[in-house]
Amino acid sequence: MNHLPLIIKREYLTKVRNKSFVIMTVLSPLIMIALVTLVAYLSQINNDKVRHISILDESGLVYDKFTDEEFTKYTILDNMTLKTAKTVVKASDAYGLLYISAFDKPESITNGIKFYSQESPSISVISDLETAIESRLTDLNLIEKEVDISLIKSSTIDITVNQENFDGERTSTLDSFVKLIFGGASGYLLFMFIIIYGNMIMRSVIEEKTSRIIEVIISSVKPMQLMLGKIIGTSLAGVTQFVIWIVLGAVLFTSVSLIFDIDLSQIQTPQKELLQQSLSDSDINTQVELAMAAIQRLPLVNLIIAFFMFFIGGYLLYSSLYAAIGAAVDSETDTQQFMFPILMPLVLSVYVGFFTVIEDPHGTISTLFSFIPFTSPVVMLMRIPFGVPIWQQIVSLIILIITFILAVWFAAKIYKVGILMYGKKASYRELLKWMKY
Amino acid sequence: MNNLLEAHSVSKSFGNHVALNKVSVTVPQGSIFGLLGPNGAGKTTLIRIINQITMPDSGHILLDGQPLKNAHIKDIGYLPEERGLYKSMKVGEQALYLAQLKGMQKAEAKKKLHEWFERLEIGDWWNKKIQELSKGMAQKIQFVVTVLHEPKLLIFDEPFSGFDPINADIIKDEILRLKNNGATVIFSTHRMESVEELCDHIALIHKSNKILDGNLIYIKKQFKTNTFEVGLKTTNPELVRQNLTEHFAVSPAEFRTLGDELKLNVKVGENESSNDLLSYLTRQGEVSHFVELIPSVNDIFIKTVKSN
Repeated sequence: MNHLPLIIKREYLTKVRNKSFVIMTVLSPLIMIALVTLVAYLSQINNDKVRHISILDESGLVYDKFTDEEFTKYTILDNMTLKTAKTVVKASDAYGLLYISAFDKPESITNGIKFYSQESPSISVISDLETAIESRLTDLNLIEKEVDISLIKSSTIDITVNQENFDGERTSTLDSFVKLIFGGASGYLLFMFIIIYGNMIMRSVIEEKTSRIIEVIISSVKPMQLMLGKIIGTSLAGVTQFVIWIVLGAVLFTSVSLIFDIDLSQIQTPQKELLQQSLSDSDINTQVELAMAAIQRLPLVNLIIAFFMFFIGGYLLYSSLYAAIGAAVDSETDTQQFMFPILMPLVLSVYVGFFTVIEDPHGTISTLFSFIPFTSPVVMLMRIPFGVPIWQQIVSLIILIITFILAVWFAAKIYKVGILMYGKKASYRELLKWMKY
Repeated sequence: MNNLLEAHSVSKSFGNHVALNKVSVTVPQGSIFGLLGPNGAGKTTLIRIINQITMPDSGHILLDGQPLKNAHIKDIGYLPEERGLYKSMKVGEQALYLAQLKGMQKAEAKKKLHEWFERLEIGDWWNKKIQELSKGMAQKIQFVVTVLHEPKLLIFDEPFSGFDPINADIIKDEILRLKNNGATVIFSTHRMESVEELCDHIALIHKSNKILDGNLIYIKKQFKTNTFEVGLKTTNPELVRQNLTEHFAVSPAEFRTLGDELKLNVKVGENESSNDLLSYLTRQGEVSHFVELIPSVNDIFIKTVKSN
């Protein structure tokens, strides 16, 4: 008698009908959207504020470099000592005072430039000021050395290195960035999935123990079937939740940004800056085109197949361990000591993924960790967009599958004994003993 | 009479702990079989082996003459001592699920469930969640779920715990009804009065070994000591007591009567019958009370366990 479909169905329906699941599923995207909207709104407010900066230029050579911008206005102060200027600016609601002392040679000025303000100024303001002053002083310096500036300007060459691998596929900095996003997202998704739904499986095993229904159930079905049914049913609930989130998220995101007319591109993320740097002058349309092209250059088929294989393998490996933990304890509070060895490799894999793989996707560490079964799902998923030889993927997958089978066997043993053990505080030694039962 | 279940020298150890040591029991078809023993004797382990929850280290079990196999799961209904239901699941849905796990078709299970619910007058619980029910109510559901698929063999571990006397009686009647419909029942309990009332056969397990088994009446015959409870109206009790002591083993007895006659337990020797004692007594005075002392299951239990 194969009861697996029946068990899967029950586990799935119980999870999906659960009130907290429904609330979580509906509320999470709302909260996410609300947060993103809030951040976007706040950063818009922040940018809307006009900054007034006063300039006291004793050299008289730099001030005309500063021209008013949309959110930054400059006031040039004349005929004042630094002391009066400071008092005046302090009394006004100006953002700060830029002081440039008189100088003989542009090279000697460095210490003669100061910025006074009430609070420490924003880094972007300072760097804007620095860029302007630097450029003016460089020009002055060049003039002093009798160099023709117009000649320099006209001979400046802007280049972008066109990267290409030996098979003739083009790559670029943007490509690397797109790969990073794809790899990082899939690795991180797996990580989150394992933690959220692994815990759910564990709780559901504990629930069967504490409600004492377990003995009734396993007089009808094999514990192995029950465990697998639980893992698969819960994962399907998880997939359902993800699909709902994606759909709901997309709908809400679009409608919110339409309703409030908030330009979501206002959000300054580090990634975006990176993107902008790598693309310096091109306008937004070419950026999008380039990104699309970069995505198309990814080994998409490989990526999708590998994503499913490693996702399923990694998830099953970890969730069977979660099920074993659930069986070994009497209540959720007892799970701590067993959680650590599970979380350790998971967290490690995310760290290795985000630091080592980005730095050098094919380095020793990245390669090694993409073979170790407990870290390979996350690390390999992050590496694959950068192009991993098929044989490496297959070997890693085989190791993962072997480990997964061993883990399920091991978990089933603990599960079988553990679900009927009450009141006994399980230690690692106790678990070892169970293996022999 | 056929045996529905035969266990042949079943052994099981957990690590260094021997839970069952070569235990053999035979459960006759259509009987109510009492599986007795002190706490931790190994009863639950034996029951779990019969349910194929645990595998024995050695020995084998025959159900209906065939070695125990997966397909037998639907022939057994098991009410464990540690029992419960999914708290947040609805009664009907849950009962259907458990019935389907025992191999029943959904429609058939639904029909039978409604029949049972009607007979036990719990029909309006169908859409309630278990957590809304009292413990006794949940136990009733649990009982129905155990017997719903009409198994050949029913195993009840402390079936009456958690029931009030009225509901315990209802469940007892249901067990007897199932027996009359042809089911065989293995019944594990510490309540000796229910064993006395229900069981035809018993087995006593103590410290992993079976120390006694067989037909209850046969066992009682084995354990009886030919002792009679005697009430005698006489003018000279001391003299009568002395006379009796010369012929029989006599000890004082305590039982309630209307008068204040001489009350004694008198043991008859192996070559004598109850009539010999009775005729002797009638010569000494007026016999107001004469009962053979039949050992209770409780006595047998305590005596056997202590002597081992």
